[in-house]
Amino acid sequence: MPEVGFFTDTTLCIGCKACEVACKQWNQLPDDGFEFTGMSYDNTGQLGASTWRHVAFVERPAELPGQGSPRDGVEAGHRAFAELAPLGQAAPTSLLHDIAPTQLRTPVSLGPTQEALAGFSWLFLSDVCKHCERAGCLEACPTGAILRTEFGSVYVQPDVCNGCGYCVSACPFGVVERRADDGRAWKCTLCYDRLEGGLVPACAKACPTASIQFGPLDALRARAAERVDQLRARGVEQAYLYGEDAASQPGTQGLHAFFLLCDEPEVYGLPPDPVVPTAKIVRSWRAMATGVLSLAALALGAVFTARRV
Amino acid sequence: MAKVPILSEWPVLRQLRAGDASGLGATAASERTRTLAPRTASADRVARSVCPYCAVGCGQLVYVKDGKIIDLEGDPDSPVSQGCLCPKGAATFQLVTGAHRMEHVLYRRPGGTAWERIPLDRALDMVAERVKRTRDETWQERIEEPGAEHEGALVRRTLGIAHLGGATLDNEENYLIKKLFSALGVVQVENQARI
Amino acid sequence: MAECHPVAFRWVMEAKNRGATIIHVDPRFTRTSAVADLHVPIRPGSDIAFLGGIIHHVLEHDLWFKEYVEHYTNAATIVDEGFRDTEDLEGFFSGFDPKTNKYSWETWTYEGVDGVVPAAGHKEVYGEKGAGRHDLRGTKMLQRKTDPTLQHPRCVFQLLRKHYARYTPELVEATCGIPRATFLRVAETLGRNSGRDRTGAFCYAVGWTQHTVGVQYIRTAAILQLLLGNIGRPGGGIMALRGHTSIQGSTDIPTLFDLLPGYLPMPHAVLPDRGLDQYVNNNAAGVGWWSELRKYVVSLCKAWFGAAATAEDDWLFDALPRLSGNHSHMTTVAEMADGKVKGYFVMGENPTAGSMNGALHREGLRKLDWLVVRDFALIETAEFWRIAPEIERGEVRTEDIRTEVFFFPAAAHTEKDGSFTNTQRMLQWHERAIEPPGDCRSDLHFVFHLGRRLKALYAGSHAERDRAIQALTWDYPTRGAIEDPSAEAVLREINGYTVADGEPVPGFAELEADGSTACGCWIYSGCYKDGVNQPARRKPQSEQHWVAPEWGWAWPANRRILYNRASADPEGRPWSERKRYVWWDEEKKLWTGYDVPDFVKDRPPSYRPPPEATGIAALSGIDPFIMQADGKGWIFAPSGLIDGPFPTHYEPEESVVENPLYPQQCNPTRLEWNRRDNPYHSAHHDPRFPYVLTTYRLTEHHTAGGMSRWLGWLSELQPEMFCEVSRALAAEKGLRNGGWATITTARGEIECRVLVTDRLRPLRLKGRVVHTIGLPYHWSYVGRVRGDPANELIPFVADPNVSIQESKALTGDIRAGRHSRGRRAATDGVELRSPEPRVAPPRDLPGRRTVLRAPPVEPKR
Repeated sequence: MPEVGFFTDTTLCIGCKACEVACKQWNQLPDDGFEFTGMSYDNTGQLGASTWRHVAFVERPAELPGQGSPRDGVEAGHRAFAELAPLGQAAPTSLLHDIAPTQLRTPVSLGPTQEALAGFSWLFLSDVCKHCERAGCLEACPTGAILRTEFGSVYVQPDVCNGCGYCVSACPFGVVERRADDGRAWKCTLCYDRLEGGLVPACAKACPTASIQFGPLDALRARAAERVDQLRARGVEQAYLYGEDAASQPGTQGLHAFFLLCDEPEVYGLPPDPVVPTAKIVRSWRAMATGVLSLAALALGAVFTARRV
Repeated sequence: MAKVPILSEWPVLRQLRAGDASGLGATAASERTRTLAPRTASADRVARSVCPYCAVGCGQLVYVKDGKIIDLEGDPDSPVSQGCLCPKGAATFQLVTGAHRMEHVLYRRPGGTAWERIPLDRALDMVAERVKRTRDETWQERIEEPGAEHEGALVRRTLGIAHLGGATLDNEENYLIKKLFSALGVVQVENQARI
Repeated sequence: MAECHPVAFRWVMEAKNRGATIIHVDPRFTRTSAVADLHVPIRPGSDIAFLGGIIHHVLEHDLWFKEYVEHYTNAATIVDEGFRDTEDLEGFFSGFDPKTNKYSWETWTYEGVDGVVPAAGHKEVYGEKGAGRHDLRGTKMLQRKTDPTLQHPRCVFQLLRKHYARYTPELVEATCGIPRATFLRVAETLGRNSGRDRTGAFCYAVGWTQHTVGVQYIRTAAILQLLLGNIGRPGGGIMALRGHTSIQGSTDIPTLFDLLPGYLPMPHAVLPDRGLDQYVNNNAAGVGWWSELRKYVVSLCKAWFGAAATAEDDWLFDALPRLSGNHSHMTTVAEMADGKVKGYFVMGENPTAGSMNGALHREGLRKLDWLVVRDFALIETAEFWRIAPEIERGEVRTEDIRTEVFFFPAAAHTEKDGSFTNTQRMLQWHERAIEPPGDCRSDLHFVFHLGRRLKALYAGSHAERDRAIQALTWDYPTRGAIEDPSAEAVLREINGYTVADGEPVPGFAELEADGSTACGCWIYSGCYKDGVNQPARRKPQSEQHWVAPEWGWAWPANRRILYNRASADPEGRPWSERKRYVWWDEEKKLWTGYDVPDFVKDRPPSYRPPPEATGIAALSGIDPFIMQADGKGWIFAPSGLIDGPFPTHYEPEESVVENPLYPQQCNPTRLEWNRRDNPYHSAHHDPRFPYVLTTYRLTEHHTAGGMSRWLGWLSELQPEMFCEVSRALAAEKGLRNGGWATITTARGEIECRVLVTDRLRPLRLKGRVVHTIGLPYHWSYVGRVRGDPANELIPFVADPNVSIQESKALTGDIRAGRHSRGRRAATDGVELRSPEPRVAPPRDLPGRRTVLRAPPVEPKR
């Protein structure tokens, strides 16, 4: 069973929140209350016990190259949505599939950046549980309620969870939350039940613009790297991947739900350098051992010194 | 009598057997987890439908079990939507199964301060009777107002009854509305399409 | 588009990925702007100036598609010498009658034609629905004069140049607030994206239609698309992004006062008592498919009245009711408030929240004898007698409202069979998944059983006026204990059948005028071809080619792109390989392609009609616009539009500026309701109302909220009514993000939360700063989440062609804080109307002293 995950490409997101609702529908989650936040179009605030996909809206006083600026035609290696079809789902036919990209001419350039857009962009990010390669919640769970599935995802078993909440503080992203009514911990399951039936997770299926892509991690990573190159070639030099592997995010050993971003992680509400707390356990023990040894040495030293006196 | 635990189900043995030494993987799975399956797999039938919100016309699949809708999601075969839905489309399940839906006919009498429940058939009888009364009372065979434009012209209608329909009505429903109301002489038949 | 049609926007994102340039024109920076290549902020209500500016640019820089324009449009046609443009008459065309505020169309005709050129579809020769007049209608279409060199000073092409000569980039900047450089980038991008190998598309929604010049907005885009050769071709077109699942179907099979199914005009009081012949004479065209109108109307009468419809009785045509004026929604509600309407059916609609001037709507409902509301939940329109601002204020007492109210719970689309027509004219069938709960029933069930009862009540009558209801065919098969009528049987009737054997007809070309065929809606004929429910076809897209003709069924004749003859060049070849769609097969002597060709299938491109030809035979091989009387795309509309043959910039009913182009401020033919309960602001510079208001929808809700405000999953995403303002306006008025604001017009006042955002920016018009306040309109007084409805602020005022209200551009005021006391002009009103009588300048002739003068126009190619 190959490990699967999400690649969320923020440059394709239109902030429609279909993912939030599709997730609630499939998982039959309740609403989070009705509170106007005044934070752009975000009124659900953050991921939580009953919001497993959350779209962040960033009104940013800086423009985004590639949006509102000239782009040149079709780049080599562009992907139609057909090719971005989630795995396990019949690849839909692209609207223009019988027209080879090479037949498309370079469109007219828009010329220099225009003033109305200058200094502004609106960024969207559909956040979700990262299903970390090294998952703090999983390692912190004392009851065996959380497990690593055969798909590589991290799953909280609601019938085992006793609501101790250790996992909540162990998540460096603030994803896991205990529900007020039943006390248990809840988060994205990567639609474990759907995966067992060969279905794509609900959010990825609903996403109208392929911002949320689902598939085997290896394929997603390759696709994501290609997309970064493509965007950079278009002038979006800020484009980069967040958490795509262990090298890029040692604190989690890489994410099974990684992102393409165009600004600092903090801008989207993501931690810049997340570290799973349990990753510090070895160091903690080592430090403690060092401390104990040092104290012993000190004590011995004191004894020897005292003898000399 | 309590079931005697079988030795082979002892966690340590299971972990060793499964190569899951840390116990963070499959060996931690409960019976529920081991048998997890999408609820759509248990559906008796799948109805092919269309999203009732905007006019893009995304395909929907409605999964039914024991006469109840258990899931509603996009139809991947649709050339319009390829399985996608927007947030409204994705909320259709709640629209059609939610507790907000009224299931009884209600009546408010003239000057009344509260709703009353009445049977559907009786309500239909009452509405039919009112349509007939109003139509007969307000019938206009010709424009009789002296000096009016088209004075004396045959119009065969009532301006005492009007209709306003939403644009989530089916074509067949609109057709019967236009057919019945025209036959009654009602010309003020309007729709969200005007708005 | 990303806001309100996210899944359709999927294809825009795909196009962008393939190199298309996406330009978004909107007063606000929306979710669409966020991913567009270019966002162009525009002052609400100024789009004709903007689009007219692009037309000007395209003409003056020779960016138009010459072969297409010369052959497929009426650019070469010479217009009658009596025609005068708005340039000649300070904002009016020739033929205006100031007493009636209407135009007569005699001078808008083509030279050489013996009367008015009939338009497709709507044929209101006197500017009144259905009141066509035969003695005015031109018949000798083939005698029209043309100048293929496009040089004649009265040819459409030169008239167009003259009409838009003053729509310069500077004028656009001063009118729309779009910087010159931005405008030029749009004009260049669009203009250069034209020709054999390139097409561009326009997508619009009610941001273009809800204006007093709404229809002319679309017309301006149509002219531009014709100039650029973008109609009838793949990747081209003007796409109306309609907001409700079957709103297109509600227009095709109209629950609209002025139409019978298939855009046949409703009979009008101008007809003699025995009216069928006159009706056909008045409304049939001399050329093209509208010349067959008699077949469509006779077949409709046969479908409705069955055996009772005989030739001797003119198929009972005279039993149909007749119009004598405008009976549209706003007129009806105003008459309701005046006590003239006694009974009202509201089915799946929530006008007190979703329509303009909600308080006037409620005033109307209070005057009714009885009201029937059918919906999922107790919406505001059902609850008006106990939950409303005027009740809360004590101005109206529930006990005093005499209206009887019936609430019928509605079945959901998952509980009934039926077809929706989507925004691309495609019918799709939805299957009943489960039985409706409790007393919930479909509207089909309700209307069918109401009809059954009424037929029983009238069964014994001998009155002539009851003949129609007695004769009405109403014997649809039913199903189950609830006697649900068969939607498929209704669809079959809509398709049409031969009377003798009841077999479905294959299409509208097979309809007859002799009573041998019956058909409920001629343009839908073919939807039950071969006895197959065509809208129910669901062949997966992966198993067919990219046009996917076997998914659903599109009217007419399963054609996916209208006028697709224009996708081939005059010789019948594809304009280019890349834009191949429909073409002439020289070997088979047939039109062929990916789609159903929209042309006489065996008519060669070289065919030219003999001068005496009429009907279908009068269409030449290079006349792709087969519904038009001359077969050409209309750059100049010689009839069909009430307010002018060319779109002209007029300011909204309420504006913050004077019309910079003409002394005539507003559309002179717009519809007004001058009443105590519907007060207007000054036409411009009303000191009480210095800001522009515009309303819109959000992705997370659906129109007036009947299908979203009750759902937790959607309501939590946008839980409260808010307004959007720029930082500058917030600073000026002390508005705080997340705080409260009160917004006022003469109709009423509302309060809402404030969202201060850079997505709205003040616009600069000739040094003057114009602020726009954005208002989503989803909320009202009941439901899971509540808030004041924006529509309480909107007046009754409408486009004269289609009676659609102006809610996308008006004026108002805003203050920080919660000051609203729920006042409405329609109830107390006193405090909202002016404290003392103000001397407002006349709306239509504001008496401007200086008007921009046109530079002289030299004929040019």
